[in-house]
Amino acid sequence: MLDRLRFPQPWLSLTLFVTWQFLSDGISGGSLVLGLILAWGIPQMTRSFWPDPPAFIKAWRAPAFVLRVLWDIVVASVEVAKLILSPGQPRPAFICYPLELEHPLAISILASTISLTPGTVSADVSDDNKLLLIHALDAENDQEVIDAIRNRYEKPLLEMFQ
Amino acid sequence: MMQTALYLTIAMVTLATVLNVYSLVKGPDSPDRVLALDTLYINAIALIILLGIALKTRMYLESALLIAVMGFVGTVAMAKYLKRGSVIE
Amino acid sequence: MTPFTEYAISALLIVGGVFTLIGAIGLARLPDFYTRLHGPTKATTVGVGAIVISSVLYFSTLGQDIGIEEILITAFLFMTAPVSANFLAKAAMHLQVKTAKNTRGQSWDQ
Repeated sequence: MLDRLRFPQPWLSLTLFVTWQFLSDGISGGSLVLGLILAWGIPQMTRSFWPDPPAFIKAWRAPAFVLRVLWDIVVASVEVAKLILSPGQPRPAFICYPLELEHPLAISILASTISLTPGTVSADVSDDNKLLLIHALDAENDQEVIDAIRNRYEKPLLEMFQ
Repeated sequence: MMQTALYLTIAMVTLATVLNVYSLVKGPDSPDRVLALDTLYINAIALIILLGIALKTRMYLESALLIAVMGFVGTVAMAKYLKRGSVIE
Repeated sequence: MTPFTEYAISALLIVGGVFTLIGAIGLARLPDFYTRLHGPTKATTVGVGAIVISSVLYFSTLGQDIGIEEILITAFLFMTAPVSANFLAKAAMHLQVKTAKNTRGQSWDQ
């Protein structure tokens, strides 16, 4: 019983607690109690969906990565906007991207990043977590897309998740 | 000047919503329609925020947040239904 | 409200509206499902993001408290857009939706 009263994911619990304080109308005793209950209950309920925590994360590298991704999202939108408004047809392609990352959390971060950045949407991960299927909106050359993703996003993630 | 920009933006987002309804009707496949619905709810969030700016009130933001959460759950549920044939296994 | 913030808010509003409209045009005009997926996931998300930021700026100049709801909405949209795009792409691959004729490569279905 006492075993159940732990917080298996302290960071998730903290995020939930703080978010609940923002959502409720001013901090009060009730919002604190309900926030604590949520911070305890939701990690318990979703425990089976979470992968094991990675052995080592260099969290201080994260802000630079997030800033780069945010900037790329803006650039990506301008590029997609140009493609949509130009009269010609785009040259779409499905590309298989060989993953170097191994941890499931890192792979899902990479896939989300790919979906939000220039001209690519990640469509699927193979069952053995080795290949990522990417759909590119306008690609002349598969290798260029793969190299761009490897250098811009996967290398920093590899340095973060060891 | 901000009023003009605000009205112009409301006009553009409304036009975008109308276009989304067009893609929703046009299809041709069910994933296309789900995608159109997904875009439709995001545009609804934009319209609610613009309404909040026009009326100088922040009351409507709560509903925008609710639409964001519920819309995402709806899209995922419909995509899962298309893929598996059932939502909760 | 200083003229500078007014210009900034107006510019952000217009940018947001233009991107939202472009996303909708892309959804209506691009040739197949997978290319249509690109419009909403990028253009619309950024458009709504810009509108939300302008709302934050506007209400902070009115002297009300900082817009935490707006920031939550933006964060939520940016987190969920790739996930729903991924789910829809998987569903489309399962249903073997037609791709545009000039698409290179193949989709999978596991």
